[in-house]
Amino acid sequence: MTFEYAPAPESRSSVSISPKYGHFIGGKFVAGTKHFPTINPATEEVLSKIACGTKSDVDAAVKAARKAYVGTWSKMSGKERGKYLFRIARIMQERAREFAVLETLDNGKPIRESRDVDVPLAAAHFFYHAGWADKLEYAGLGTSTKPHGVAGQIIPWNFPLLMLAWKVAPALATGNTVVLKPAETTSLTALLFAQVCQEAELPAGVVNIVTGDGSTGALIVNHPGIDKIAFTGSTEVGKIIARAVASTKKSVTLELGGKAANIVFDDAPIDEAVEGIINGIFFNQGHVCCAGSRLVLQENIADEFLEKLKIRMNKIRVGDPMDKNTDLGAINSQEQLLKIRELTIAGDKEGAQRWSPECALPSKGFWFPPTIFTGVTQGHRIAREEIFGPVLSVLTFRTPQEAIDKANNTPFGLSAGIWSEKGSRIFWASQQLRAGVIWANTFNKFDPTSPFGGYKESGWGREGGRHGLSAYLKGFSHE
Amino acid sequence: MSNRIDIKKTYKLYIGGAFPRTESGRTYEVKSSKGVFVANPCLASRKDLKDAVVAARSAYPGWNKATAYNKGQIFYRIAEMLEGRRSQFVDEIILLTGVTKLKAEKEVSESIDRLVWYAGWSDKLSALAGSTNPVAGPYYNFTIPESMGVVGVIAPEAPSLLGLIDAIAPVIVSGNTCIALASSKAPLPAITFAEVLATSDLPGGVINILTGKSSELAPWFASHMDIDGLDISGVPTKLRGELRTAGAENLKRISSFSAASPDRILAFMEAKTVWHPIGN
Repeated sequence: MTFEYAPAPESRSSVSISPKYGHFIGGKFVAGTKHFPTINPATEEVLSKIACGTKSDVDAAVKAARKAYVGTWSKMSGKERGKYLFRIARIMQERAREFAVLETLDNGKPIRESRDVDVPLAAAHFFYHAGWADKLEYAGLGTSTKPHGVAGQIIPWNFPLLMLAWKVAPALATGNTVVLKPAETTSLTALLFAQVCQEAELPAGVVNIVTGDGSTGALIVNHPGIDKIAFTGSTEVGKIIARAVASTKKSVTLELGGKAANIVFDDAPIDEAVEGIINGIFFNQGHVCCAGSRLVLQENIADEFLEKLKIRMNKIRVGDPMDKNTDLGAINSQEQLLKIRELTIAGDKEGAQRWSPECALPSKGFWFPPTIFTGVTQGHRIAREEIFGPVLSVLTFRTPQEAIDKANNTPFGLSAGIWSEKGSRIFWASQQLRAGVIWANTFNKFDPTSPFGGYKESGWGREGGRHGLSAYLKGFSHE
Repeated sequence: MSNRIDIKKTYKLYIGGAFPRTESGRTYEVKSSKGVFVANPCLASRKDLKDAVVAARSAYPGWNKATAYNKGQIFYRIAEMLEGRRSQFVDEIILLTGVTKLKAEKEVSESIDRLVWYAGWSDKLSALAGSTNPVAGPYYNFTIPESMGVVGVIAPEAPSLLGLIDAIAPVIVSGNTCIALASSKAPLPAITFAEVLATSDLPGGVINILTGKSSELAPWFASHMDIDGLDISGVPTKLRGELRTAGAENLKRISSFSAASPDRILAFMEAKTVWHPIGN
């Protein structure tokens, strides 16, 4: 028996998109000089024109942020700062549908995910950090901590609004003001967030948003008026930033790439593990720094497991992100699609076996089918490099130690998954894995109370929880 | 007795629990505060550093796995051994720096006390820097601090013993292993300290000590791809940017400190968060 699903499209009527946007500086929208189009990656429809931030835009934003820091924000009590964050959280909840639809249109992710994950978590992040604003002396970080001042924040396109929340909420709660640059391809929800700041009557200049591309990001990183840099993105750019600030007094936190191993032991609950592997790599089209992009599978269950995995992959619904039944949406950009193609072609050439379910892809927009590669060895590029797409590389192991060795054989260390019914094995593997987030019998779970961040080349620092606060405070004994 | 020719010590490196000479065959002259020749310690090379990293990496799994109680006891044992040989350190500090006996005594006492202070941190770090996190869902979620691996330490020129211990102790108490570069002007207490370590139940390779020039070796510490963290407290401020730039290649965790603090331990630890569903 096959189930047919009627289309269940979400309405676009909740959003209104301006034909052109400027920057949000000093509490006002100001016109940009140069613009570039932002498109819906599922249809290639031009949604709007986004301003590309120039040196004078960044200067103006830093100046506004400094003025707000010195004049208003640093003088305000934590209690009052917190109230603004609570207001923001509430307004984001009120306008949740609008944010979700806009995110899906601009990013290409399924509406089910933007509606159920991105937007509620973003609001939760503000609500959580609001409560910290007047309790920082109890955070266990010392009693003489202070905000850095002006934070420059650069965020990626995979979770545009959620990454904004991860950056802005702790920065504001700890008393910093911000200059934020959303990713080039996904600026619209950040610009809607600017409206939320206005509705919340957040003092002018506390949050400034300058849109643009990498050149705008570089202007922020190298701006002498910025005290702290927070970046989420590729390890390659993270290293450039680390070098750029090496001889400055700027403090830096980096959330970078990953190549997470999702280890399935032979005593795992197989059906749950299949579901977890699917979620681990196909959530958000695999555009997830902590995606479980390497399945490390115990050899004696490999055939059975892969058969079930393929059956499950056959049921993944690829297509219109605005359809509420869609599981896998559009690849965010042409550029990203080309990168995924290049790496998967390298997988073919290096001798791994590619498999994808039969699925019709829309003719317009950027699409890539859910894909697995079997017969992958540790030297293959698809086992070493972050693909950032719906592509799973399968490796096998015989002994638990071999699983750990393979999982840790990467310069990254952001996340890892463990599937087993044996408690002692789960704790043993959690200890052995060199990664900042370990999901055991689950995957891709996030919460504002739960610190997130990587070992090794996956970055510096943590976001979320008590640990995340330290990224935005100074005054510890290390200089 | 006055006619007896005394036996002078050959000051060598401390790598993997052994005392090898530098592979380079190079030495440099160390003089007393009065300008009199004292010793020819090793001028360690980049290859010596590489060997020390291999030793530290090999020692890491065992030391990291040692219980916090065990680590604390070994720290206390190091303090016991140092206390027993304190006069030797006092003499070396006076000889090389010319400070008063009172001042040298004070440095050695503080060094011993600092080890005891850090000994007590080994089993309290998780309570200080860990948490259980009340996530909005049926999951048990906790965060614990963990050691990060192999850490390099550039000790300050002075105080030569206390500065070295101040840098090493917080790095290894959490389970890291380390390679320390001793004060180049006054390296003898560092090598004598290695003799203390060799008799303190500390597994070989957990602490490795090199003598040589910071200007030559610190950049190799910074660029080494198998060193995870680097304490540059002993490097002049104007030279730190260059090291941070080199360290960016593997996103090394690089910090410097002005005081003993649990922050100094935590700077070379990672936070690990573990999720597991709750269900019946």
